[in-house]
Amino acid sequence: MSGPWPAATQLAVSTLQVGGVLVGGPLLLGLTRKVKARLEGRTGPPVRQPWRDLRKLAGRERTRPEQASWIFPLAPLVLVATALVVAAGAPLVAVNPAFGTSADLFAVVYLLLLGSVALALAGLDTGTAFGGMGASRALTIGAVAEPALLVAVLALSIPARSSNLPAIVSSSLAHPIWLASPQRLLALGAFLIVVLAENGRLPVDNPGTHLELTMIHEAMVLEYAGPDLALVTLGESARLVVLLGLLANLFAPWGIATRPGAATLAVGAVTVVAKVGALGVGLAVFEVFMAKLRLFRVPELLSGAFVLAVLAVVVALVVP
Amino acid sequence: MSPDLLAATGLLGLAGSAGGAVVGLRFRIPVVAGTTVAACACGLVTAGGVLSGGGPVTLEVGGIMPLSGFSLSLDPLGALFTAVTAVIGICAVIFSLGYHGPGLAGRPASTALPLFVTSMLLVPAASSVTTFLVLWELMALSSLILVLSDQRRRAEVQRAGEWYAAMTQAGAAAILLALVLLAGHAGGQSFAALAGHGPGMASWVRNGAFLLALVGFGSKAGMVPLHVWLPRAHPEAPGPVSALMSAAMVNLGIYGIIRVGDGLLGGGPEWWWLTVMGLGAISALFGALHSTTSTDLKRLLAYSTTDNMGLVLLGVGASGIFADTGHRALALIALVAALLHVVFHAVFKGSLFLAAASLEQGGGSRRLDDLGGLLRRMPVTGTVFLVGSLAISALPPLCGFVSEWLLLQAMLHGLPTGDVAVAVAMPLGVAVLALTGGLTAATFVKAVGIGLLGQPRSRGAVDASEVPAAMWAPSGVLALGCLALGVAPVTLVPAVLRAARVVTPAGVGDPLRHGWRLGLAGSRGVLDPVLLGLGLVAAVAVAAGARRLVQRGPVRRTAAWGCGREAQTSRMEYTATSFAEPLVRVFDDVVRPNRHLDVSHTSESRYYVESIEYHSSLDDDAFERRGYLPALAALRRWGDLARRAQNGSVHRYLAFGLVALLVVLVVVG
Repeated sequence: MSGPWPAATQLAVSTLQVGGVLVGGPLLLGLTRKVKARLEGRTGPPVRQPWRDLRKLAGRERTRPEQASWIFPLAPLVLVATALVVAAGAPLVAVNPAFGTSADLFAVVYLLLLGSVALALAGLDTGTAFGGMGASRALTIGAVAEPALLVAVLALSIPARSSNLPAIVSSSLAHPIWLASPQRLLALGAFLIVVLAENGRLPVDNPGTHLELTMIHEAMVLEYAGPDLALVTLGESARLVVLLGLLANLFAPWGIATRPGAATLAVGAVTVVAKVGALGVGLAVFEVFMAKLRLFRVPELLSGAFVLAVLAVVVALVVP
Repeated sequence: MSPDLLAATGLLGLAGSAGGAVVGLRFRIPVVAGTTVAACACGLVTAGGVLSGGGPVTLEVGGIMPLSGFSLSLDPLGALFTAVTAVIGICAVIFSLGYHGPGLAGRPASTALPLFVTSMLLVPAASSVTTFLVLWELMALSSLILVLSDQRRRAEVQRAGEWYAAMTQAGAAAILLALVLLAGHAGGQSFAALAGHGPGMASWVRNGAFLLALVGFGSKAGMVPLHVWLPRAHPEAPGPVSALMSAAMVNLGIYGIIRVGDGLLGGGPEWWWLTVMGLGAISALFGALHSTTSTDLKRLLAYSTTDNMGLVLLGVGASGIFADTGHRALALIALVAALLHVVFHAVFKGSLFLAAASLEQGGGSRRLDDLGGLLRRMPVTGTVFLVGSLAISALPPLCGFVSEWLLLQAMLHGLPTGDVAVAVAMPLGVAVLALTGGLTAATFVKAVGIGLLGQPRSRGAVDASEVPAAMWAPSGVLALGCLALGVAPVTLVPAVLRAARVVTPAGVGDPLRHGWRLGLAGSRGVLDPVLLGLGLVAAVAVAAGARRLVQRGPVRRTAAWGCGREAQTSRMEYTATSFAEPLVRVFDDVVRPNRHLDVSHTSESRYYVESIEYHSSLDDDAFERRGYLPALAALRRWGDLARRAQNGSVHRYLAFGLVALLVVLVVVG
């Protein structure tokens, strides 16, 4: 952190981040699909295919199941909104976007939980077995993932003595040696597993399948069509980008803009895109070699993540 | 401030109770409700004055009780609890005007209700041991009468009443012993004398008094393993009474622990507070797990009270540890977080219990599997329940999030203090907070999703209609409170800070930032609830606008996908049990449900199944099964033995006398 940030620059950074997350989300999905297809020996659809799908969905009719209440149309909006609010305040391109002083890591966790809760309620609102099944499974995984995530957050917050996101990122920029410390690596492991679980990626959920019974997320949103489905997809992909972006900048903050200026901001934007893209490719490669876990083995994976996070905290306290 | 209003509170309560006993059925309810609301209003004004810095209000009345007199003194800590009780009391009593549930109009209940509310208002003001014990016992007995309102019609009520009576009297006995022990060593029975001598007493007196108080007050707060009465008594009480018990009465257990531990004894060694934190953590997890698996709406809410009081105890314990290790600012912050959670819990649990009573009245059942589709049929009550559920799940921008955030901050900033116990306790505290957070979210998605959304699951739910305004308005006010306090905790924080300063070590500057943003002084991060709320609303509006832009034509109502089947009936829906099944399986070792599987085969061949019956129930929890029931059985065996010894034969009694004489002679000789 050096030099004061003009408010206009901060607002511009936030706008850039929100726009980037919105546009980049579906592209990231396209990228992972493309990489997976190539590794499996297929050509695969082009990277911009998800955007084409979204355009097609936006032109369709809106539907609502007979039994559903106003929760059903509201949930996709809440999902997108939570991802965008996080995107506006999180240090993705620059250390200090607008609202940076209020960008709190605990608040991020609970905001994302709000999005999941909205979607689960919408699943139950449809009054079908699939919706209930998806909601129940998603929340079971969420309930087990949350302790791992929060304790990992705690481990990250200890060196900075704050759970403020810009504070964490700038303190690790100031002390790069912390990044290689064992507690960081342990917390990284926990964080990675939780990101996979929260976004319904393999080995927790299979984003490629469309069979109702085997899925979690897809079962929950089965009744959405047209623009609502487009919003759900957009919201989910925005969540993935935000979480991967946070992961990248919490554990490898190099390149992020620490002072205002067109050049540094451009560097920050390019590096964060590159980092998220690299993580997306890594995710795709990982998924090619991974099979989906049985649902009741998932909590074991997540409790593994929890143990990693607790170890991270313990190490952080022993090795200051 | 003059003590007149405090006296008026007590007198109005007594007048209301007398009115409930004397006035005929036609005017009974208005008289009782009017006086009780007036008593609450007097209490609220007094407490408000104290909390806004008006100085303590003291009232001494000699001669009411023999030997001691009646002494009240409301300081900011007590005033916070009185204010909470007053708000919940007003809402619950107005709610009872529209409530058709069991027995509240009856003479016993009408006599007990004003006494119950007034004694809860005055317990935090009691400033001598006898006054405290009298008010405490009055509260226990009047609430017991209210719990038993419906006992003629349902056997469960009677059993709940037995558990409640036994536990509350055992708790009161423990409190009595603790306070008498202190009073005996202080040489006086006023709280001022106790507080003056408390820190200097012998350590066995201090330890004994604290542990006894922890047992007595902890059982009132629903602390595990003394919680067993709570999931029985709270659901079986009439709707408004459950709200009063769960949102106001349990708080007084917390008040007692803070008052005795931090106030009268002036803080204590680390192990006291580690015990409190440990019990809090167990209560939080245990309550959260059991509310996840409950299918009865009110039982679910009752277990979640145990959960939330556990979180409060985590904060109280953390505060005690910080105070003992010399981190005064952190001690203050942790206690502020705990007290904020007490207030917020009262607001959201009050709205939830009142809304649950409305749902029961409107939908005809309180079993989640008999409800469903109620958000469309009871829009106001449904929305109130939804808001309360989001608040209790600690989701921004509602109030539960603020107190949990502050508690997390206190634990985070306490970590690098270099103390081993802290280093172990705080991460575990965070983990407990997080796990209960996840479980609570699952629980209340279940309660809302199964109870309010989807298709109606029974005739009663199909025919449900909205309750009268006297019922939805009070719960609606509390739900609005969840939103207002979540966005603007600034309105409450100064008062809570003043309350917490009463019992934490003095000489601390302002540990919290003032204004709309909440944060720790000296730390960079803040929580800006207004910004968070505005940001969410703006983002939702933008997304809705975008959807509106691309939308062509109206939204079409369609049949949900049923794998090709035409009709989707409510029997195909997920039930509350099936929703919680994955979590029960994950936490099977802790929850240990009773399972029975009966498979009967056709007479022709063992390979063909005729019917399968599967029962899974969680009616009694592990503590009850492992601890209480064996203890009760042993007690009964001893009772039987004792009865066998007394068969009325003169010879046997003479023999007893002889044996006793011999024993005495041997011992003396």
